[in-house]
Amino acid sequence: MESVILKTATRLMVGLILIFSFYLLLRGHHEPGGGFAAALVAGTAFALFVIAEGPAKVRTAIRLRPTTIAMLGLATAVAAGSAALLSGQSFLTGMWWGPGEELLIGTPLIFDIGVFLAVLGAILAVLLTLEDN
Amino acid sequence: MAKTAHGESGPGYSRLGLVSTLLPAALFFFFLSCWAAIQRGEVVGIDFPWMPSLDLALSFRLDGLSLLFALIVTGIGTFVSLYSSAYLAGHHHSGRFFFFLHAFMLSMLGLVTADNLLLLFLCWEGTTVFSYLLIGFDHESAVARENARQGLLVTSAGGLALLLGILLLKIAGASWTISDWLHGEQLLREHPLYPFIFAAILLGAMTKSAQFPFHFWLPNAMSAPTPISAFLHAATMVKAGIYLLMRCHPLLGGTFSWTFTLVAVGGVTALWGAVQALGPMDLKRVLAYTTMMALGILTMFLGGQSTETLTAAVTFLMVHALYKAALFLAIGSIDHQTGTRQLDRLGGLGRSMPLTALAVAAAVLSMSGFPLFFGFIGKEIMYAGALAEELFPGFTATVALFANALMTAVAAILFFGPFTGSWIHTNETTPMRVVDPPWQMWLGPLLLGGLGILFGIIPEWVSSALIEPAVFSIHPGREEIRLVIFHGFNLPLLLSMFTLTIGAVVYLRRLVICRTIQTGIASLPLSAEMCYAGSLTWFLRNAEVVTNRIQNGSLHWYLLVIVATMTVAVSWPWLGSLKSVLLRPAGAIDPTATALALFIAAAIGVVVTAGKRLAAIGGLSGVGAGIALLFLLYGAPDIALTQLLVETLTIIFVSLVLLRLPPIVQARKRSNRRRAFDGLLALAAGLLLTSLLLGVVQAPLDRGLTDFFEANSFLQAHGRNIVNVILVDFRSLDTMGEIIVVVLAAWAAVTLLRKPKGP
Repeated sequence: MESVILKTATRLMVGLILIFSFYLLLRGHHEPGGGFAAALVAGTAFALFVIAEGPAKVRTAIRLRPTTIAMLGLATAVAAGSAALLSGQSFLTGMWWGPGEELLIGTPLIFDIGVFLAVLGAILAVLLTLEDN
Repeated sequence: MAKTAHGESGPGYSRLGLVSTLLPAALFFFFLSCWAAIQRGEVVGIDFPWMPSLDLALSFRLDGLSLLFALIVTGIGTFVSLYSSAYLAGHHHSGRFFFFLHAFMLSMLGLVTADNLLLLFLCWEGTTVFSYLLIGFDHESAVARENARQGLLVTSAGGLALLLGILLLKIAGASWTISDWLHGEQLLREHPLYPFIFAAILLGAMTKSAQFPFHFWLPNAMSAPTPISAFLHAATMVKAGIYLLMRCHPLLGGTFSWTFTLVAVGGVTALWGAVQALGPMDLKRVLAYTTMMALGILTMFLGGQSTETLTAAVTFLMVHALYKAALFLAIGSIDHQTGTRQLDRLGGLGRSMPLTALAVAAAVLSMSGFPLFFGFIGKEIMYAGALAEELFPGFTATVALFANALMTAVAAILFFGPFTGSWIHTNETTPMRVVDPPWQMWLGPLLLGGLGILFGIIPEWVSSALIEPAVFSIHPGREEIRLVIFHGFNLPLLLSMFTLTIGAVVYLRRLVICRTIQTGIASLPLSAEMCYAGSLTWFLRNAEVVTNRIQNGSLHWYLLVIVATMTVAVSWPWLGSLKSVLLRPAGAIDPTATALALFIAAAIGVVVTAGKRLAAIGGLSGVGAGIALLFLLYGAPDIALTQLLVETLTIIFVSLVLLRLPPIVQARKRSNRRRAFDGLLALAAGLLLTSLLLGVVQAPLDRGLTDFFEANSFLQAHGRNIVNVILVDFRSLDTMGEIIVVVLAAWAAVTLLRKPKGP
């Protein structure tokens, strides 16, 4: 679709939506949000991008192939789950590190990032292939 | 350098093949080291629980019978692998070949050492699968593919029967631990399920061991590379059925139906195989029919009960394994060096391939049962065993006599045909120098043939060490079995001499006899293979008809079937409680929720009546948004957020696809009656779901899980958003499964959507 208005708006919107999606991903543990919802928001950003600029530009912009992103997501989730194995606990047990109760980094967050990447990769894969045709 | 039969194989040897030969060789020496313990009557075993709830254990156990089979499998496996390293030198798929070969060997080894019946079945199926891959190894040939499929279908059908037999055994109360059988309960033979168990297990053994009328796949399986044929005929695959019958002997044997069926089936197979072996010109096909004869003889003798009969079966098993492996490998060498294995194109090879000729000479002398060879002792024992058979000694002895006589004639053909006379390789324009193959290829046949002489002269070596423990692992009680070089002047010796005489006469009159047999077989109105081909065609045709009816490509039809099935199947048990659900007094009506419901209903109206696709899509998004608002209204912000996002993306995807379809008017050609039916069905399905949900809400809510998550979400998982904590921590394994499904589904969609490459 050739539309100057859409293209200009897209340029502004995509970045904003992606930042919002990142915000959703990080706040998910305490407030509504999380990896799955964040991936869906990011998916809409890319859908906008695809409609305005076509699939070829999106492919160059994301550099990695969508299926690679999805596989990276699965690998991240598995790695996050395997961290517990190292300390002798069962697979996917949550592990936490940090100075205090209000600032903690834990494997569930990494797992959520894996979910985000896997779902986003899947959405991108289907979206781009549909638009290729 | 001699010309090779297989265009793709070249000179030299495959390093991978040579190195991987160490695997069977090492296993062989391991089993050899267990020999002394087994001979003393001990049992070597390992036992790991695998799935205890299914009574499946990784338990392997080595007794006399298992040891005998394990030595045959690994010993012949070593020579087959060594031989293949030269036979397949330079083949572009040799890596695949050696993987299949060793996997095949390990499956067979697992089968003969398994102590758990389910484990045995798994290995049984392993041999089926790997033999399929090996028979069809030359996968660019349509004939090889067809033959591989035939073997797979016949043997896996038998595998299913075996599984049924195994399950019935459990129902009848028998143990799945094989070592319990020898001195276990004897009640099974009187159990009402006994005939079914026996029939199912027998069917498995008959298909695997190529018993009449399931024999036809075996001669066709020779489209495998020749070393594989040697392995398949001498040590693996077809011996699996024999092994199964031997194992089941103490549990199921001894009844009249067992003896009668095995003697009849085995006898017919032996005679039919022996007769057919006289006809073909292809040396490999000749050998295939002699294997069929041997399998028939083994089955027939397993019908018996006495020590003598079982000793005959076990001894002949060994005799056959040795000479059959040597012969197949040697014929592979002839094929490899001259480019043909047709009897009428070969001759005079004795001088140019002396080592191969020596191996074949030793093997055929054992096969025909000449004195001083292991085969002679095997035959003596066979006649003694046949005469000791309780129910049908006359029939058994007669079948053995004729089958052996024909084997003698075939043995003579196998040797005199290719190795004596003059060179008659007619189709070859340039004369070529034929020489013996490389050492990897003559060592095996020569050693295996040599063992036939060694064991023939000093049978004491094997009788007390191998055969006696093997017989008494399937036969209660233990007495000494002594095989000696000469059993004295008795009836078996007379029968032996008689056999050689008939064999000689048949050989001398072979042209007339072969022609008679060929015309006789050709004039048969029906063959087992024709039945197989007929039923296969019938199945394929009907499968096509059924598939075309069920999967006719109309999305409308699929949805109709799914929704109608769900509606009928769920409302059937639900109708009884429907009244109490619907007649429940309604609570206070929330005006906001009512307004939302009306909005959703209006949006649905737009979807159903829309004249353009874009309008229908807009209506759909209205439905989704309305439902998301309902979630928000009832305090589920997470679900509302997700629902709204999914809805947005779905609309984008649906638009991408639907807007390319033809205009909606074309799709509206369906008659009004059909549309009314669709509408009614949709209403019924909707009503059903509504009533189900109302019913669910009426049941008291169990707050156990909610309380647990509320109490522990922050303390244990450091998160205040319970939904997310459940997703990424408490039930993260579910989430893991779900994202795998999402990625796989996307992958499948991409594969389907991608434009085909090329024209």
